[in-house]
Amino acid sequence: MSAISRRRVLRAAGFGSLAVAGAAILAACGESEPVATQASAEQPAASQAMVAVTPAADQLSGTILVDGSSTVGPISQAVAEEFQKQFRDVRVPVGVSGTGGGFKKFCVEETDISDASRFIKPAEAAVCDENGVGYIELPVAIDGIAIVVSQQNSWIGDSITTDELKTMWAPESEGQIMDWSQIREGLPNEPLLLYGPGTDSGTYDYFTKAINGEEGASRGDFTPSEDDNVLVQGVSGDAGAVGFFGIAYYEQNAEVLKALQVDGGAGPVFPTTQNILTGKYAPLSRVIFIYVSTVAAERSEVQTFVEFYLKNAANLVGDVGYVPLPAQMYDLALERFTARKTGTVSAMEGVTDTPNSVLEAWKAGA
Amino acid sequence: MSAQATAAVPSPDVWRASQVRRRWSGWLFYGLAVVSTLMGLVMLGALLFDIFTDGARQVDWHFLSNYPSRIADNAGLRSALLGSLWMLAFTAIIAFPLGVGAAIYLEEYAPDNWLTRFIQLNIANLAGVPSIVYGLLGLGLFVRWLALGRVVLAGSMTMALLILPLIIVASREAIRAVPDSLREGSYALGATRWQMVRQTVLPSAAGGILTGTILALARAIGETAPLITIGALTYVAFDPNGPLDIFTVLPIQIFNWVSLPQKEFHSLAAGGIVVLLVVLLTANSLAVYLRYRMQRRLQ
Repeated sequence: MSAISRRRVLRAAGFGSLAVAGAAILAACGESEPVATQASAEQPAASQAMVAVTPAADQLSGTILVDGSSTVGPISQAVAEEFQKQFRDVRVPVGVSGTGGGFKKFCVEETDISDASRFIKPAEAAVCDENGVGYIELPVAIDGIAIVVSQQNSWIGDSITTDELKTMWAPESEGQIMDWSQIREGLPNEPLLLYGPGTDSGTYDYFTKAINGEEGASRGDFTPSEDDNVLVQGVSGDAGAVGFFGIAYYEQNAEVLKALQVDGGAGPVFPTTQNILTGKYAPLSRVIFIYVSTVAAERSEVQTFVEFYLKNAANLVGDVGYVPLPAQMYDLALERFTARKTGTVSAMEGVTDTPNSVLEAWKAGA
Repeated sequence: MSAQATAAVPSPDVWRASQVRRRWSGWLFYGLAVVSTLMGLVMLGALLFDIFTDGARQVDWHFLSNYPSRIADNAGLRSALLGSLWMLAFTAIIAFPLGVGAAIYLEEYAPDNWLTRFIQLNIANLAGVPSIVYGLLGLGLFVRWLALGRVVLAGSMTMALLILPLIIVASREAIRAVPDSLREGSYALGATRWQMVRQTVLPSAAGGILTGTILALARAIGETAPLITIGALTYVAFDPNGPLDIFTVLPIQIFNWVSLPQKEFHSLAAGGIVVLLVVLLTANSLAVYLRYRMQRRLQ
């Protein structure tokens, strides 16, 4: 008996009760009819606004395991919270192991849905393929990355260009670019202190790709922290500091931080909700995703949860500090899920994780 | 001899100066010792003050009985508190008999040879291994190899490994403190070794053993790193319904709230810390009470 099959057998024994419950659901889902949700009448106000999904609340049970990015985590938690109010017998725990850590579990069938703040990497996709785990890639929101300085910084002005950001963060700047005067003509001789998320985070991966042109390529002599609140503390306390992290952390700390307009070649743009939604805040806004396992999607509670997710994400992402996608993208994502369209659009040449690029890739048949 | 003694006696002036110097260094050391003690107390006081001003008003029945939520006003730590209690219960069930058994063997049965000394040395060393290492061990051994999954029992077994050395060391101290005269008295009355251990040594050592166990469990309830490693979840909005269910614990819930951008969640985290401290202090006062009762009974 191989190690893997022994593991499966033991696992099946350990989760005996869950397996029985799962079998019951599979039996029940065959006869589920489109019924308006019975639970909605007794729900508190918050969930009445939620868009109903078809199966009746008491027909579903089971556990849906969600894990992955800490950026996407709050959205999945918000959706899980509302979903569990309607479907009281379905349990949706959410872990935050990071995008990479999430895919490690997802591709060996340890989880059903993986939160990801970037596309799945070819190496991760290969592991999924090896284990026969198909994945459906579904965008759920847009996250803008804010470039922030301290309010004590009197010289930088209101905006910064992507070229200047590259000068700051490029791998070859390590130990060389140490002073604001090296960034732009006329800036003072003040020490430059850099703060950013840890190298395991999807935000770091995305920023380095967008600014330095290669994922994971940056100078090493910056102060990293996995906890964005630590970055807020660091940047706000030092006039010479500059950092980057998700806009939610800027918005909650706007009284001690200053977000810069970013000029990617088409003039300076401030990271407002509108600018992020329309894609004007480029290149530092990106689509964030959930990946649903095709194996798990066969289970009716997972199918219902994903439908609930895509129908209600627009209402919920704002609550936790993100920008919803354009409405048509949620509809198209739902269509892709219904059609069980697997694979990643990033496999296509030239696709980036802006809403428009993903939309065009879909239209091109990816 | 007497000539040497005379030569060694200093003149009265020198003697007085030396006495003043010695007094001064005595006072200096006394001062340093007091400052060191106060340092710890002041730090603890500042920490408690900071936590309680922010957190105490968060703690009410609503906070204890509700699940976490994206809306701070609705959020509670019910699932984390229950998860912590489940994990603690199974940790105690696993670690207590193993730890006390090992201590009895080492103190009452084991021959004094190189093997015993090697085991003792290793147990002492294990007490100093960083907790994350136990987490990795638990992940490999219980979650993956035994294929338990990321459940309460896997967490409890990992925590039991972590605190086993502490329990063994504390229990051995307690057993060693039992006077040999009691053992000999027991033998003199015709007791076997097992009867002697059960009826004489264990009752006498029970206070110390229980204190050590409870303090070790108090450490387990505050540990986060090993549980994150074995994959305890972050957001759980249901009660764990047994040792084979998935779970979260208080320190992870606190960590999750601290890392959110909204300030209201930071206050919730402070509330969570208050709850954790109350659980810890309750455990510690229980230890003090048990020791007091056991000691009185012995006398």
